[in-house]
Amino acid sequence: MSETVTLTIDGQEVTVPEGTTILDAAKTIDIDIPVICYHEHLTGNGLCRVCSVDSGGRVQSAACVTQCGQGMEVDTQSEDVKRGRRTILEMLASTVDLSEAPEIQEMMDELDADAQRFPEGSKAREHEIMDDNPFYLRDYNQCVNCWRCVQVCAEDAQYTFALSFNGRGFDTSIATYQDNGMMDTSCVFCGQCVGVCPTGALKPKRQAMLEEGYDPDSIFEATRRKRKNKS
Amino acid sequence: MSHNGRPDFIEIASIEPKVDLSLFQSYLNEVGSRGRQMLLPALHKAQELYGWCPREVQEAISLALHVPLADIHGVIEFYTMFYNEPTAKQVIRVCEDPACTLGGADAVIAAMQDKLGLQHGETAADRSITFEKVPCLGMCELAPVALNGDKPAAHLTADNVDAFLDGSHPEPVAQPYGEVRHLLKRVGKVDPLSYGDYVANDGYIGLDKALELSPEDLISTVESFGILGRGGAMFPLGRKWLFTRGAPGDASEKHIVVNADESEPGTFKDRCLMEEDPFALIEAMTIASYGVGAENGWIFVRGEYPRSFARLQNAVDKARDAGKLGKDINGKKGFNFDIEVRLGAGAYICGEETALFEAIEGKRGFPRIKPPFPTTHGLFYKPTSANNVETLVAMLHAINMGVDAWRGYGTEQSPGTKLYCVSGNVEKPGIYELPFGATGRELLAMAGGVSNGKALKGVLMGGAAGVFVDDSKLDYPLTYEGSREGGFPLGSGVFMVFDEDADIARAMYELSRFFAHESCGKCFPCQLGSQRQMEIMERVAFPEKETATGQGVMATDKQILLDVGFTMTETSLCGLGQTAGSAVLSAIELWPDLVKSKK
Ligand SMILES: Cc1cc2nc3c(=O)[nH]c(=O)nc-3n(C[C@H](O)[C@H](O)[C@H](O)COP(=O)(O)O)c2cc1C
Ligand code: SF4
Ligand code: SF4
Ligand code: FES
Ligand code: FES
Repeated sequence: MSETVTLTIDGQEVTVPEGTTILDAAKTIDIDIPVICYHEHLTGNGLCRVCSVDSGGRVQSAACVTQCGQGMEVDTQSEDVKRGRRTILEMLASTVDLSEAPEIQEMMDELDADAQRFPEGSKAREHEIMDDNPFYLRDYNQCVNCWRCVQVCAEDAQYTFALSFNGRGFDTSIATYQDNGMMDTSCVFCGQCVGVCPTGALKPKRQAMLEEGYDPDSIFEATRRKRKNKS
Repeated sequence: MSHNGRPDFIEIASIEPKVDLSLFQSYLNEVGSRGRQMLLPALHKAQELYGWCPREVQEAISLALHVPLADIHGVIEFYTMFYNEPTAKQVIRVCEDPACTLGGADAVIAAMQDKLGLQHGETAADRSITFEKVPCLGMCELAPVALNGDKPAAHLTADNVDAFLDGSHPEPVAQPYGEVRHLLKRVGKVDPLSYGDYVANDGYIGLDKALELSPEDLISTVESFGILGRGGAMFPLGRKWLFTRGAPGDASEKHIVVNADESEPGTFKDRCLMEEDPFALIEAMTIASYGVGAENGWIFVRGEYPRSFARLQNAVDKARDAGKLGKDINGKKGFNFDIEVRLGAGAYICGEETALFEAIEGKRGFPRIKPPFPTTHGLFYKPTSANNVETLVAMLHAINMGVDAWRGYGTEQSPGTKLYCVSGNVEKPGIYELPFGATGRELLAMAGGVSNGKALKGVLMGGAAGVFVDDSKLDYPLTYEGSREGGFPLGSGVFMVFDEDADIARAMYELSRFFAHESCGKCFPCQLGSQRQMEIMERVAFPEKETATGQGVMATDKQILLDVGFTMTETSLCGLGQTAGSAVLSAIELWPDLVKSKK
């Protein structure tokens, strides 16, 4: 039998098994905390921080990776919590093309976040759209750096290790070895990265072509499995 | 394409010569069996041979160390001192951060660019030399400074740039100051390369004393010293040892890690200790290993400290020859401990202890989520006591002098002595040792006051991650309790002085540029916020300049700075982001007119 802890979230008392995250505890009492990087089946890196809540610590805590403590008093809706979330989303909107990320847009509406808060010329993600394999497109203008694709490609699922990063800080972007096209990496086209991408950054080619109005025959021609040329 | 921290390269006309892998291959054969943790050393070795990391080299490393190619790429991309594109073996790195700016770095940089005909990040066409402007080099007391390859240079001017470039400019020598000499007692007095000199000057007395105690009694003794971590987080040293000792695991799988990444702008105390008294750190670590019960020692030195690295490596080798490292140390059966010195490669974030572990493990320096804490899950996820250089050296001197003498200095809550890094507009910048409890005003007076008889505008306390204070805070005692009351951090002991004519906005811009450059990019608030903060501060500091986001201060800037600063502080994943807005926010509070729209 595992131990339990009792805490309050937005004034509501809840008892959960020790080791439960604040995010999961909140779910049990129907309190929704916004998330971007969190994914049920992947290692939690706690990096988007939009799930930040006030749990009485020195600074706010990321609900998706912070475990509940006995007697903790969690506030998921304070003005400070909203101020942080709103600012993160405003900065994100000034950086990334969120047009195909409806969930993030919804979060912004809810918090009254202003997508135009930062002046024109603020540095944004600018990348060429990469169409280098028959299966999916990579449009890193839409990438929020949630790391999900890197993780499923590595220890979280596939152990293929085709993806890593360029740069650091603001200039961090998902990259392959020497920026090679996907056909020249260890990628096995399992499609898991496309499946977990929360934005339109990774998109099945079929879907992209349908959106652009191609007919099924030409889509089949463009996306059928071609033999990798081994020279 | 140019990435953050990656230089842009000018066209190199010649076809790349074929890379001769033979020399490198023999190195890889030697270290290959140790796997991924040898990645940073292997990349350093490759650059020593080739100047950069060509494709063939990366592929050979991948095979030898079993590291995926994408990961090697990611690691090279992360560390600013590793190069994915052709670079000269001789790299000039000149500091462009606040202490050096106050000391006249602008003129030095202009003269160098002129002489070399190169801008930041460029390599000469014959590939003889590369030029870079870099963040604080940890030699702020000697400002303005630069590195010519491995050779440090102090007090540069437009007139001695030639000597600097041809290597004839003398290397700086140590000059300690202060009221007492304990941590600094050997600094400038002994030959840092000589084991004999160390022993002749009270070296290895502390180890003898420690080994007379049981490890448990040693830990209680260390707890009685009341030493809090000098790296900034102020965790009690004795507790950390106790927790690591108590964590499950055998001594053969536990670690003593020394954090010698010292990259906080304004900080140079650890460099002084490592360069001038390297054996003291080795002895202190050996005592730590006995107390904790950990057989593996590591020192992670920032890549910009080649002198510290070489002197520590020398000290480790000589201590081993003398039977002070290795098996059955001091003749004590079963007491085994050895040390590996590791070199960083340009990343302030690797001073964050978990990012430091990742770097030793051969990865990008991303901080981990805490808990779990290093005392149970540290280096290689094994129990680890990670400490700052000064913390351990303070412990050594406390053991040498005994608890009563140590506690005879300082206050009840802040016993002993502390090192301060005084730089900027003062008469005698340098490293100062003072008992806890002296005031900022006393420290300033000891340093000869503001230079040229000018009035004081403010002091940056605690480093880039600290706060600006003005004259009104100078009478608080420099103790943990006094600084808490005064609302400033002691941090890494930074005391950077700005005179009445100093350009604070420029300093704020440089600090925000530092954080934007050094953010690891893992979490959103810091990755995005550090960039936005810098963009605004650029307009504030250079009102005449046409920047990407426009010219001059905008009506919305102040509120944005406050929101971004708040958000980084409150929601960032690690200490870097949590303090990236600190100096800017403190300056806005002190001098509200700094960020004022003219419109
Ligand atoms: C961004 C960042 C940089 C840091 N840099 C250093 C450093 O250069 N040296 C250091 O000792 N501690 C540094 N720290 C603090 C370490 O994480 C850690 O707390 C410290 O090494 C513990 O040693 P101590 O208890 O002896 O202070 C840094 C922390 C952060 C967040
Ligand atoms: S490509 Fe998609 S999954 Fe990968 S980091 Fe970007 S947003 Fe996340
Ligand atoms: S706060 Fe900054 S340095 Fe720390 S994890 Fe986040 S992005 Fe990286
Ligand atoms: S959802 Fe918690 S940090 Fe991203
Ligand atoms: S060495 Fe230049 S600011 Fe520190």
